[in-house]
Amino acid sequence: MVKKLKEVDAVLVGMGWTGSIMARELSRAGLSVVALERGASRVPGDDFTLPNIRDELRFSVRQELMQDPAQETVTFRHSADKTALPMRRFGAFLPGDGVGGMGTHWNAQTYRFLPSDHTLRSHLTERYGRKKIPDDMLIADWGVTYDELEGHYDRFEKLCGLSGKAGNIRGKIHPGGNPYEGWRSAEYPNKPLKPSLAGVMFGEAASGLGYHPFPAPAGNMSAPYVNPEGVRLGACQYCGHCERFGCEANAKSSPNTTLLPVLAKEAKVEIRDRCYASRLVYDKSGRKVTAVVYVDLRTGEEIEQPAGIVVLSAWVFGNTHMMLHSGIGRPYDPRTGKGVVGRNYCHQIQSAVGVFFQDKELNPFMGAGSLGMVIDDFNGDNFDHRDLDFLGGGYIALNSTNGRPILNRPVPPGTPRWGSEWKQATAQWYRRAASMNCQGSNYASRGNYLDLDPTYRDVLGRPLIRMTYNLTDNDRKMSAFLTEKGAGIAKAMGATHIAANPRKGDFDVVPYQSSHNTGGTPMGTDPSTSAVNRYLQSWDAHNLFVLGASVFPQNAGYNPTGAVGALSYWAADAVVNKYLKNPTHLMKA
Amino acid sequence: MTEALPRRRFLIGAAAGTAAVTTAGAFAAPDQALAAPEGAPQAAPRAPAPATAPAASAPEYVPEPMQVLTAAEAAFIGAAADAIIPADDLSPSGSDCGVVTYIDRQLAGAYGAGARLYRSGPFSTPQPGTGNQSPLAPLEFFRAGIAAANTWVKATYGKELDGLDGPQVAEALKAMDAGKAEFAAIGSKPFFNALLQMVMEGFFSDPMYGGNRGMASWRMIGYPGLPATYADKIETYRGKRYEAEPQSIADFS
Repeated sequence: MVKKLKEVDAVLVGMGWTGSIMARELSRAGLSVVALERGASRVPGDDFTLPNIRDELRFSVRQELMQDPAQETVTFRHSADKTALPMRRFGAFLPGDGVGGMGTHWNAQTYRFLPSDHTLRSHLTERYGRKKIPDDMLIADWGVTYDELEGHYDRFEKLCGLSGKAGNIRGKIHPGGNPYEGWRSAEYPNKPLKPSLAGVMFGEAASGLGYHPFPAPAGNMSAPYVNPEGVRLGACQYCGHCERFGCEANAKSSPNTTLLPVLAKEAKVEIRDRCYASRLVYDKSGRKVTAVVYVDLRTGEEIEQPAGIVVLSAWVFGNTHMMLHSGIGRPYDPRTGKGVVGRNYCHQIQSAVGVFFQDKELNPFMGAGSLGMVIDDFNGDNFDHRDLDFLGGGYIALNSTNGRPILNRPVPPGTPRWGSEWKQATAQWYRRAASMNCQGSNYASRGNYLDLDPTYRDVLGRPLIRMTYNLTDNDRKMSAFLTEKGAGIAKAMGATHIAANPRKGDFDVVPYQSSHNTGGTPMGTDPSTSAVNRYLQSWDAHNLFVLGASVFPQNAGYNPTGAVGALSYWAADAVVNKYLKNPTHLMKA
Repeated sequence: MTEALPRRRFLIGAAAGTAAVTTAGAFAAPDQALAAPEGAPQAAPRAPAPATAPAASAPEYVPEPMQVLTAAEAAFIGAAADAIIPADDLSPSGSDCGVVTYIDRQLAGAYGAGARLYRSGPFSTPQPGTGNQSPLAPLEFFRAGIAAANTWVKATYGKELDGLDGPQVAEALKAMDAGKAEFAAIGSKPFFNALLQMVMEGFFSDPMYGGNRGMASWRMIGYPGLPATYADKIETYRGKRYEAEPQSIADFS
C-alpha cells in the first residue's frame, strides 16, 4: 500500500543543476520544497578526497558516479522498423546519478548558445528561404529569445564563477573573446585559465588562418571565487581529473560546490536521497499533477508525496520517461508526425582530430575539464550555408582535459592495437599528442525519437525508455565539413601526424561520444509540436514544469549546460513571478 | 608458465627495487602541499621510505594465488598478455607486470559478477550498433571465451595457447582480433576486444589493483600519477618534459 505524506508546496524529481537552481529559487520565495533524488548524497569534502578520487579505473572506466544500467537503462534501435535492444552497459553517453547529478562529474565547459540557435527555424527561413530546411528536419524556435535569456545566462555564469574572456559586451567586440557570441551584459566573473602548450599552438594556428580563437569558457576556477550565494570555490590545480570525477579542490562549478551548501542550511528544503520517483499522479480533467510516487530505496516502501507544484528536473531520459509513463501529453508518433512527448530527441555529432608532434613535449596529464582554445567560425549559422548542402555546424576546440592512461594514449593512424609496435608508439607519442574536438550540432529529425519499450523493464518494473536514433545525411555532411576544417588547423599547427575522423555510417551505442543528449519534451509556443510552453510549463498540466536539455527542440554545436542553467533561472522566474500569483496556464494553447 | 617463472621473478624484483630506491627521495612532497588550494583536503605526507631498504633487499617476486581463474585459464591469459604487451627495453611483459593478477581480481569481484550490467532478458543476437548482448556476466564470458579460444587454438596448432612459441601466440591472437578464428557461441572478435581491454586496464591502472607492478607502464610513457597538482607547472613546463617519479594511490594511502 502506498503511504501518503502531507502536501508540500513543491516537489522536484532529480537533484542536479536544474533541481538545485529551482529548489533555491522556490525556497527564496518562501515555498517548502522536497527534492527526490534516486542516487546517493555527495558531499565533496567527504566523498571526493585524495588519493582515491584520482582513481581512473574506478571513476572513469567503471563509471562509479554514473547511472547504474542494472537499475535503469535505455533500449536502442536505428529506426522504427527494427527491434530495440537494451544498452547493457552505457557507452555513447553516461547518464548521471546522485545529488548533484551530471553536474558533479562534468568537465564544466559552459557555453551560451548563439542568438540564432534560440530562433533557429525563423532565422534559417529568413536567411535562406523555407526550401533550405528539409521536410523531415523538425527544428523549431525555442519560444524564448536570447535577449530574454541573457540575464539568466549571466546569472548562471556568476553562480559558476566561469573563467573566460568576453567577445561581445553590449554589442562592443572585444579582442581575444568570441566575436560571434551574443551580447553579454558583463565580462566573465573569472579570468581565463592558463592555456596549455597545445592550446597556445592551436590558437596561433587558428589566428594564422584568419579564424578567431578564444579561451574555452570554463567552470574550472582560474582563481578562488566567492559566488553570489556566498559560497567559496578553490583554484583549479590542472590535475586532469574533471570528467567522470568529483573535484577534491572545490575548484569545479557543480551543484555540490555552488548551491547545495546553501540548500543544506535552508529549513524549507528537504533533499531525500535514495528516493526513486516512479510516476506522477495526474489529474487529467483538472490538468494538474497532484503528487509524485516514489520508492524509498532504503526501505523499499512506496510513498506518495502530494505537492502544489511538481518539477521534473531529472535528465533527458528521466523527464521524458516520467511524462510518458504517467500519461501526460500525447506521445510522439513518427509515422503521423503527431504527438509531442519523445519528439525532437537529439544527441551531438562530435568528431575528433588527433594531432601528433614529433618534437613537442605536451605533458598531457596537466589539464582541466575546460582547459582549451576554441573557434566558433564554423558554428551554427556563423558561416554562409547558401552553397553548402547541410545546415548547422559546431565549434572546433583543442582541449587539454586529461592524460589518464587507461583510456587516453593516442597513437598515429595505422599503428597496431597491441604488440611491440603498439608499445613503441605508445611510449613515443603519449606525451606528444593532443586531440581536437569538433562539437557538431544535431538537428532534430522526424525518425529520431523516444518512447516506451514494449519488452524491457527497469528495476521498478516500468518499461524502459526506447531510443530510436540514427545519424542523418545532414549530420554526416556537417561532420565532414567541420572535421576537414579541424584538420586544416592541425596542418597549420605543424602536426607530424593527423588523425581526422569525421562521423560516418550509423550510430553506435558502444564508443563514448558525449553525454549531450537533448530533446524529448521540447519547448515552444505551439502545443501541437511542443510538450512544454516557453516557460517550460507542461501544456497538459499547469502545475508541472520540466527543466533541462530535454526541452531543447534541437541541439546546438555547444555543450548544453550553459543553456540548461539559463533556462532553469528563466523557468524559476516564471514560477515565482508569474505562476504563484495566478496558478494557471501561462500561455494560451 | 613454470618455465617463465625465473625470468619473471628477476624482472619484477628489479622493477620493485628501482621503485624503492627512487621513492626514498623527497620528490614532490613540499610543492604538493604548497599547491593545494585553500580549504582543499591535503594528501597526508608520505611516510619516508626506510633508509635501510637498498635495492638488493627488494622482496623476491612471488606469483599471486588466483582467486577465480583456474591454472589453465591463468596460463591462457598470461600467454595472451605477454603477446599483447611483450617484454622489451620499455617494460617487462604483461604477465610480469601483474596483468593476470589484475584480471583474476576483477573477475573475482563485483565487475566479474556483472555489477552495473543490465542483465534482464529476453536475450538476442546483437544488432549493428547495439553493443554486447551476452547474458553472461564477465567472469562467465571470459571463462566461455577462453574455453572456445583454447579449443580453436588446439585444433589449429595442436597445443593450447600457453604451449605455443611467441610468434605463434601472436599469430593466433591476430586471427581472433580479426574475427577470423572460428569459435563456437562467442565470436572471436568480441572475446578478443574484451580481453584486450582488460589487459590494457591491468597494464595502465593504479597498481593497487594488482597490475602495473612497479608502475612499469607509467614509467614507460612518463605518466606521473598522483598527486597531480600542476597549477604552478602548466606554464613553466610548456614544451619541456615534466620528469617525476610516478606515485600511486598506495603511496598516499
